[in-house]
Amino acid sequence: MSDVQTRDSPDRTDSNLVSLRQVDKWFGDLHVLQDINLDIARGEVVVVIGPSGSGKSTLCRTINRLEPIDKGEITLDGQPLPQEGKELARLRAEVGMVFQSFNLFAHKTVLDNVMLGPTKVRKRGASEVKQQAMQLLERVGVEAQANKYPAQLSGGQQQRVAIARALAMQPKVMLFDEPTSALDPEMIAEVLDVMVGLARDGMTMVVVTHEMGFARTAANRVIFMDEGKIVEEETPEEFFTNPKSDRAKDFLGKILKH
Amino acid sequence: MQVLIDNFGLILDGFVKTLWLLLFAGLIALVLGTLLVALRVSPVAVMRAVGTSYINVVRNTPLLLIVYLFGALFPVLGYTASISSYIDYSFITATIALGMYAAAFVCEALRAGINSIPVGQAEAARSLGMTFGQSMSTVILPQAFRAAIPPLASTYIALAKNTSVALAIGVTEAAFAMKKLNNEYATGRSWIFFGFAVGYILIVWAIAAFAHGLERQAGKAR
Repeated sequence: MSDVQTRDSPDRTDSNLVSLRQVDKWFGDLHVLQDINLDIARGEVVVVIGPSGSGKSTLCRTINRLEPIDKGEITLDGQPLPQEGKELARLRAEVGMVFQSFNLFAHKTVLDNVMLGPTKVRKRGASEVKQQAMQLLERVGVEAQANKYPAQLSGGQQQRVAIARALAMQPKVMLFDEPTSALDPEMIAEVLDVMVGLARDGMTMVVVTHEMGFARTAANRVIFMDEGKIVEEETPEEFFTNPKSDRAKDFLGKILKH
Repeated sequence: MQVLIDNFGLILDGFVKTLWLLLFAGLIALVLGTLLVALRVSPVAVMRAVGTSYINVVRNTPLLLIVYLFGALFPVLGYTASISSYIDYSFITATIALGMYAAAFVCEALRAGINSIPVGQAEAARSLGMTFGQSMSTVILPQAFRAAIPPLASTYIALAKNTSVALAIGVTEAAFAMKKLNNEYATGRSWIFFGFAVGYILIVWAIAAFAHGLERQAGKAR
């Protein structure tokens, strides 16, 4: 918990890496994102929490335009997100994404999964990429599994490979969409450890999660969402000890009871 | 029985030509079918419409009609080229017609394969910065081909038997040889039918065995 105080607080006004302006999105009649305004500074770790259906995953997925928005503007490092096409692909290469269901390429080995982005998208040489990929696999602790297929790995191992795969692109920002929600309890820690390490190294991160321990340890800011709106935006310490809105109090009461 | 033995050379020549038809039409179907499925799942609406129109027109037209149409159309367009006396004009016409017809079914078999791949695979590919083409060629299609092996085998089995339609424009493949023998040996027809049935069954069996081998190969690497 003391980490929150010791971590350098990034300057939010100076250089916003990700910026959402008056973003609205509908799924049919459902107004899933309502007038979202959010700035994320370089090096900042933002944890998004909220009840299911609050729009937190959708918010995360709009940042690399896996979900297109209906109104408003999203900029990444000052550039507005382009329409579907080569420009968007180029921008997405700068944004790492980690999914709830890992989504490793099932027909490729662990090593090939990590190498695919740098070789195909960045067109870098295989030998140099392989060396870097092995280093990344070592960093997340799965180097011994490099030649196995994803289905032969545990969930926790798969998710750590997925993090390595995203890091291989040397992204400016990493998006985590409920990265531990599909994992057995004993595997959650190994994934969170990797994420805490990333945060310490200064990676800009947007993390949708229910892991309150991670939020307290690693986050600079907690965003609480409900029914498509950002209800509260606080430091983790302030949010967990002194939530302002009734909705947040109610939510924290439910999840922290057990 | 004697009729089959006496005419073994003719029968064999017929089946060899059937196999050539199957090979060339099958290759056309594979390439064209893959292009069509890329159109059908493309993010661009116009391309999807083109792909869907092709399927709707070609799949809904009887093969015999397509073969006759091409047989009549190509000379009108001034196209009557032969590569050799063996690969003659009617053979080329039948190959193109069969290939274009089977492509519609290959496309749909592949689309079934693509639909069986979790949407997260494409999302992960796009998140890495892959374009639609890169995501299709390196992530989606290799997995879709595996999932599509059983329906593709059915498509190629149907194509093997459909090559017999080429006799309508005078390609001297197996069914052509059978028709010829039936005319010449009115009393031996049961044996003739039996002999040719065995020939087609052997071809189909080989396709099924090949598909089975591919499936086992694909099962290992995942």
